[in-house]
Amino acid sequence: MYPEELHYTKQHEWVRLSDGAGVVGITDYAQKELGDIVYVDLPRVGAALEKGKVMGSVESVKAVSDIYAPVSGEVIEINDALSTAPEKLNESPHGDGWLVKIRLSAPGEISGLLSAEDYQKYVAEEETGH
Amino acid sequence: MGAKMVDFGGWDMPLQYSGILEEHRAVRANVGVFDVSHMGEIEIHGPDAGALTDYVTTNAAAKLEIGQVQYAGLLYAHGGFVDDILVHKIASDHYFLCVNASNQDKDYQHIAAANRFQAKVDFASDRYTQLAIQGPRALETLQKLTTAHLAAIGYYHFIDGVVAGTPARIARTGYTGEDGFEIYFAPEQSERVWNQILDAGQEFGIKPCGLGARNTLRLEAGMALYGHEIHATITPFEAGLAWIVKLDKGDFIGCAALARQKEQGVTRRLIGFEMTGRGIGRDDYEVLLEGSPAGWVTSGGPSPTLNKNIGMCYLPAGRSKPNQRIQIVIRNQPVEAVTIPAQFYKRIK
Repeated sequence: MYPEELHYTKQHEWVRLSDGAGVVGITDYAQKELGDIVYVDLPRVGAALEKGKVMGSVESVKAVSDIYAPVSGEVIEINDALSTAPEKLNESPHGDGWLVKIRLSAPGEISGLLSAEDYQKYVAEEETGH
Repeated sequence: MGAKMVDFGGWDMPLQYSGILEEHRAVRANVGVFDVSHMGEIEIHGPDAGALTDYVTTNAAAKLEIGQVQYAGLLYAHGGFVDDILVHKIASDHYFLCVNASNQDKDYQHIAAANRFQAKVDFASDRYTQLAIQGPRALETLQKLTTAHLAAIGYYHFIDGVVAGTPARIARTGYTGEDGFEIYFAPEQSERVWNQILDAGQEFGIKPCGLGARNTLRLEAGMALYGHEIHATITPFEAGLAWIVKLDKGDFIGCAALARQKEQGVTRRLIGFEMTGRGIGRDDYEVLLEGSPAGWVTSGGPSPTLNKNIGMCYLPAGRSKPNQRIQIVIRNQPVEAVTIPAQFYKRIK
């Protein structure tokens, strides 16, 4: 369910490292909780993101949810396909539904994120807590 | 059932089952069933049942025929809404009111306090559950479970019949902009009747629907929701509901305030809008005219049928008309929108 190579946050974002950059998205748990996603608001290319600060939002039919930057850095690419096909976030949250690519300014932040196993445990607790 | 639940005025209600968009589309194209057992019921009995109902509601309750349903406002003396309700005339000495869940206690107190008539006001929510069967295949679905001739029930009419072996009030009413029925019956039977409706509608692709789809459907139909388009400081004239106000019918609660407002004119009025810029104008967002604060969004969101982002808002009366350029403040950014009549979706009959 949750790919081993991703790094996760308790706010339900993930980061995939490739060539010194980090691809960021929201998790399968997040998309399920949100329901049908109809709109995605992303930062601009060139924007400087700070770990833990709001970087954008996703909107389901019913509600708006903030997305928090899982790591700090500069946005070098955004997933333009989401502006016309936001449903990709529901269909492929860990793949085609990625949000932005970031050039990490503090790569050490990655070590503070959760492993797939720990994230899985965390959402299992969230679910039973409901 | 796999429903995602939400707290709604103290009731644990399903927000969605398979997904709001899928449920919404099922109702527009075929049929959906909603558990609306949270809705409240109040019954009025006695020789003056009609006179009391007429006195506490804005519409012409006294002109109702037996078997007819009427949408009406329940107002404070100052003209603001206590609630919006459906009045069913069961007999000349018996009226049945369907009221909003979160308002039911307040409604009962309000009506009981106004009761200087030979009538008895009875809080009946515990005796009824309500299910709504809505969509172009609603009639065919429900017809399988009753011998009552459903096609003979006119829009905003009802009969007392039997559904799935249980006595039920069957009203041709709804909150979706589609044809359909709302049925009221004993709560002990709710799970069994719910399951039988799902079975009966299976060949039409029936979907169990939650409050999420109920809201997107009523928004497309331009129907008011208490707490959003209407509340204690909004009058029917402001909400575009002049058609439920009968000022010439005789005295009723709110009558004098409304007569005064009619003479002076309203200062704000409800209007629909659609987003022309990128973004979704949602409930309570601020509305700007030429960059200045001018109103607020009462309900807003995506329209699955029209594939646009739509909503309703209050604007100064002079500007509350179609084709006005407005801006809606979305996360501190003004985003362009244009006003349009609030009935976004109208079914082809």
